[in-house]
Amino acid sequence: MSEEPLFDPSLKKRKKKAVAFTEDPLGADADPTAPAPETIDNTTTTGETVDLGPTTAHEQMKSNGEEGEDDDFKAMFGDLKKKKKKKEIPMDLANSGTSTPKDAVSAPAITEDLDFSDIKKKKKKSKKAALDMEAFEKELSESKSKSAGDDDEDVEVEHNPNLDIDDADLENDPFAQPDAPPVGVDMGNEPWLTSDRDYAYPELLTRFYALLHAANPALLSSSSQKRYTIAPPSIHREGNKRSVFANVTDICKKMHRQPEHVIQFLFSEMGTTGSVDGAGRLVIKGRFQQKQVENVLRRYIVEYVACKTCKSMDTLLTKENRIFFMSCESCGSRRSVNAIKSGFQAQVGKRSKNRPA
Amino acid sequence: MSVQNLNAVDPFAEEEILATNDVGSQSEYIHIRIQQRNGRKTLTTLQGLPKQYDPKKLLKAFKKEFACNGTLVDDEKMGQVIQLQGDQRVKISTFLTDNGIEKATIKVHGF
Repeated sequence: MSEEPLFDPSLKKRKKKAVAFTEDPLGADADPTAPAPETIDNTTTTGETVDLGPTTAHEQMKSNGEEGEDDDFKAMFGDLKKKKKKKEIPMDLANSGTSTPKDAVSAPAITEDLDFSDIKKKKKKSKKAALDMEAFEKELSESKSKSAGDDDEDVEVEHNPNLDIDDADLENDPFAQPDAPPVGVDMGNEPWLTSDRDYAYPELLTRFYALLHAANPALLSSSSQKRYTIAPPSIHREGNKRSVFANVTDICKKMHRQPEHVIQFLFSEMGTTGSVDGAGRLVIKGRFQQKQVENVLRRYIVEYVACKTCKSMDTLLTKENRIFFMSCESCGSRRSVNAIKSGFQAQVGKRSKNRPA
Repeated sequence: MSVQNLNAVDPFAEEEILATNDVGSQSEYIHIRIQQRNGRKTLTTLQGLPKQYDPKKLLKAFKKEFACNGTLVDDEKMGQVIQLQGDQRVKISTFLTDNGIEKATIKVHGF
């Protein structure tokens, strides 16, 4: 028992999931790279092999779009985790292993999410690369060396290590800058200009998105960059049957919610009780793991923090006449939210303890 | 001049019905919860079963299907609650959806 002390009702699930988990990254890896080789040579002039993802921002957006809103919530801890990878177990792993059963619907989403960061990584890289590539094709066909092409390559090399180390989730707006010059280059020398053929639809689409994003980088950053992140809950064990949720106040502050409200929700969802100790930590009765608490927190955010209309997290919760209202700071919508109700609590433990003496 | 009380539709009565409907829509959910016991043991509770289902028969089916024991608890506030041993949340929700209960009405709680 002490070897595996943490309580985990979804232990059985883990085995099953683990398989899916190993499969998925392959799929994800294959996915972004598959389309690329068809059209683009993935070697540079110097002969180095470059890993090319999907070619454009719109592909990135497409794949982003596939993952739902739910995913955003899922991912919000995941991203963070990624950054802390060195110190902690990556939560992505934990996630896929343990997504509790009731998340059956979202379970695939979780695994997706976990690829997601990968995909994103690739995409970021590829966007620059793609533009680079076009310049490149041209270069090959005309065998005329362009300084712009070289420039691009420099940029790419410069960015690659950065992306590998980092999750590319940081406030990097690196691609606003590399985007601009290649577009300028592309303007004159689209591939179809040099040949007799007509332009193909995908090419035009690519061009459109390249121009669009060059013109307003804000679009890009809003689509993929801005992510709502919270520090993952830090759960420790205190004794044998109590868990301590240390950073509950921090998380509440981040979500702009009263700790009481959050705690009430946690208790009613997890069917347990607890108290706040002197240092502002929450002591929960029962054994809980970080990912379990995280799941509950995610549901809290979906229910009480995220604006249903614009999906913004910038909301306020106010109480009027015993009813909670959530008003969104960014879109101004206002709606009532369900009161937290704890349901039936079964009798656990010794009955003699509960009997009034 | 018309007398309010003699109107065909009593405005107050309507409001009452509306109010009860509102409450009903909220509590129409079937709640599936989990509770920790000692060690790694758990308890699953199913609350808010619609009236047309017989909890006794459902319990029997659950017990047979999930190979677990369970009981029917009478709660003053919540009515009859099905209690099962172990974490049967997913199984319950799939069982119910397979047998024609809408997924939207089922709420699974817990971690």
